[in-house]
This record gives sequence, structure tokens and C-alpha cells, in this order.
Amino acid sequence: MTTALNPRLQDIVDEFEAVRGQEKLQLLLEFSDELPPLPARYAEHRDLLEPVPECQSPLFLAVEVDGDGTAHLFFDAPPEAPTTRGFASILQTGLDGLSAEEILATPAEFTTQLGLSDLVSPLRLRGMAAMLARIKRRIQEQQGA
Amino acid sequence: MTLPYDATPKFQDYARPEMLVSTEWLAEHLDDPGLVVAESDEDVLLYETGHIPGAVKLDWHTELNDPVTRDYVDGAGFARLMSEKGIGRDTTLVLYGDRNNWWAAYALWVATLFGHPDVRLLDGGRAKWIAENRPVSTETPGRPRAGYPEVERDDTQIRAFRDDVQAHLGQPMIDVRSPGEYTGELLHMPDYPQEGALRGGHIPGAQNVPWARAAAEDATFRPRKELEAIYGGEAGLSPADDVIVYCRIGERSSHTWFVLHHLLGYPAVRNYDGSWTEWGNSVRVPITQGDKP
Repeated sequence: MTTALNPRLQDIVDEFEAVRGQEKLQLLLEFSDELPPLPARYAEHRDLLEPVPECQSPLFLAVEVDGDGTAHLFFDAPPEAPTTRGFASILQTGLDGLSAEEILATPAEFTTQLGLSDLVSPLRLRGMAAMLARIKRRIQEQQGA
Repeated sequence: MTLPYDATPKFQDYARPEMLVSTEWLAEHLDDPGLVVAESDEDVLLYETGHIPGAVKLDWHTELNDPVTRDYVDGAGFARLMSEKGIGRDTTLVLYGDRNNWWAAYALWVATLFGHPDVRLLDGGRAKWIAENRPVSTETPGRPRAGYPEVERDDTQIRAFRDDVQAHLGQPMIDVRSPGEYTGELLHMPDYPQEGALRGGHIPGAQNVPWARAAAEDATFRPRKELEAIYGGEAGLSPADDVIVYCRIGERSSHTWFVLHHLLGYPAVRNYDGSWTEWGNSVRVPITQGDKP
């Protein structure tokens, strides 16, 4: 059984599939520029964020699940790590505000569908997969709590 | 058409002062004919966010490596790449990048395999240029194509292969990875198995000197005396030694190769680019775990 991507993430995959080479990097850069800043409650309490050591650049994330099961994602990465910011922004745009179930159903392989492996080293792409895995684990922890 | 060397006093203490330029020197010579500046980063998007005006991008992953075989491009590939970037054999090539010039040093090491006559590093790299509020540009420079000759890559002088390392066991080696990678204790969380190698640890006899110790806070190289204290004092190396350096895939160790060979003047230093991703996956090679060589 293959799991379909949620429509928002599918749109992003389609956007990446439509461009090649240098244009793909430009698209990733646009995502990177659009990563929203942390809300004050995290910006002033960075210790509440979880570090993602699998990323080659510093990345922190937080996940909140509302009473109705809606999940909110928060990311922080420095401007000198635009690729990591771009990956975080893809997940933020594609997953923020979805239900916990929808996020848990996101296949880890979706990162390969972006067609970035010719441009970005495999270790970095694993960083994005690790972000997704940590988001899922956080959601499961909060559901179990 | 070699550009003048940078006379910065700190550089004159190094064995080969001509291998470095300062941000001041570069700002002054940026428009000189015969100079090409190339940025080589760990982060593949960083160049696009803004680079030294006129600088071209050099990507280690997509451009310096052969896309199929685990090896560098060959003479024809390197000639094509350099020509496309507008770099000729007589060009003064100045490399710089993020993370203390980690990838820039790697690109310099690869250019050295092809014997590029004049290639230098920008001391302090991208971080220092930005910290000094020097101009950056997002414009991709349209450099005229150059005619770089096909030069055969020489793997015999500064590159070591696995067999060379096996024959070298018992002689000086520096593992430039983090202490956790060196001891083999790398964090190993349930859902995220450490990828890259099947075994953890280091090559027997290798001493652990993390590569970034050679860099100061502002990403410049430490003065010669401090480097001598680290590599000669703590690690006990001497210029007469035949030294092999390695890391995970040979990038971080290019930085240490540069320090030992060009800044401290050790004549015989080779970089084992197979590094831990080859050694830690090889059948029946000796491995040591823990914090002792």
C-alpha cells in the first residue's frame, strides 16, 4: 500500500518536480526565505526547542498538538544555513495545521520525490527525513501523554 | 599572470605565506585581471543568498566528484569544469567558503591533485568577509569561458588509498573527526541509526585532533606558534614525519592537510579521502575503539 501525500505537500512536490537544476535551488531558497520566525514564547525560551543533530547545521524544532488534534510546527535555523531552513520551511508549509493523523501518515520517502538528490548530498537529505521522524515522534509522545 | 602575494605579517610566519590572502588583499584585488574567486560551501544554497561580487560557485558534491564512481573528476572533467567557470591554467584562483573554509580547503586539495599552479585560500573565509560588512552580490557573474588544458590527476603525492593506509599502520596518522566519532561512541538513537559506516572507532595509531582546532574564533587560521603547539606539541608530529590525515569522506581532513603541508611546511602529508566511510565498512581491517590511539 502506498500512502498518498496530503494535498499541500503534494503541491510542493509538484512544484519541485516542475523545475530543474539551478531553478530547483532557487525554489528551495524561496522556501528558506519564507520560514516564519519563532513566536515569542519560543524565541525567548529556546531551551523548549528540540535540537536535531542529524542536520549538518543547527536546527531546532517544536511541535504542539491542540485539543482537537491539530498540530503546529515551529522551526529555527540560522540564516547561514539556508538549505536547512529550506527543508524546515517545506515541512512547515506542507504540514503545519494538519491533523496529527495526517502528519503521522506522511511517508518518510517523500523527501526523495523533491528530486534534490542530484543537487544536495545524501547526508543533508537524511537531515530532512530526520526532522520528519522527530516531528512524528513528538506527536506520538503528546498523543500518548 | 600571477597576482602579487599578500604581505600580511601573520602569513609570513607560515611555511608558504603565498597560499593565503586576507580579506583586505582580496577587496583590493577583486577587479584584477587574472584573478578568479570561487566560493565552495557546505551549504549548497549559501552562494545564492549572496557571495563576494564576481565570485563563481564551486560545488563539491555535483562538480568535483565523479557522479558514478566514488572518485574525483578526471583530467577531462576538471578541464571542462574550470573552463566553464572562466578559470585558466594561469589564473590566480582564490577559494573561500563557510565553516572555517572547510569545503574551500577541500576544493583547494582537489585543484592540487591537478597541479593548478596558483591557488590560495581566503583567510577567514566567508564568515570574515561578511563580519566585516564587505559587499556581497546575488548576481551570477558571466565569466568568459577559458581554455583549461587537460592535465592528468596525480594521486601519488597528496592522496592516500586504503592500501596505502594499511601499509602505513604504525606511522603517524591524524583523525580529524569529533571525539565522539573517534571513540566510536557516536550517539545512536533508536529511530536514527548512524549511517555512513558499519563500525565505529578509528584507525589504530591515529591521534584525534579535531580539524576546527586549527581555526580561530573568526574562522582565520591560528598563528603558526599555536598550530605548532597543537600538531607538534600535543600530537607530537614533526616535519620529518610521513603523515596521513582522514575524516569521514576526506573533506574536513583537507583542512588539516592544508595546515600541516602549507602552513607548517610538512613535506609528506597525504589525505585519505576514502576515510571512515571506507575504513569503517571494510572487511577485516583493524579498528580501535575508545579515546586512545
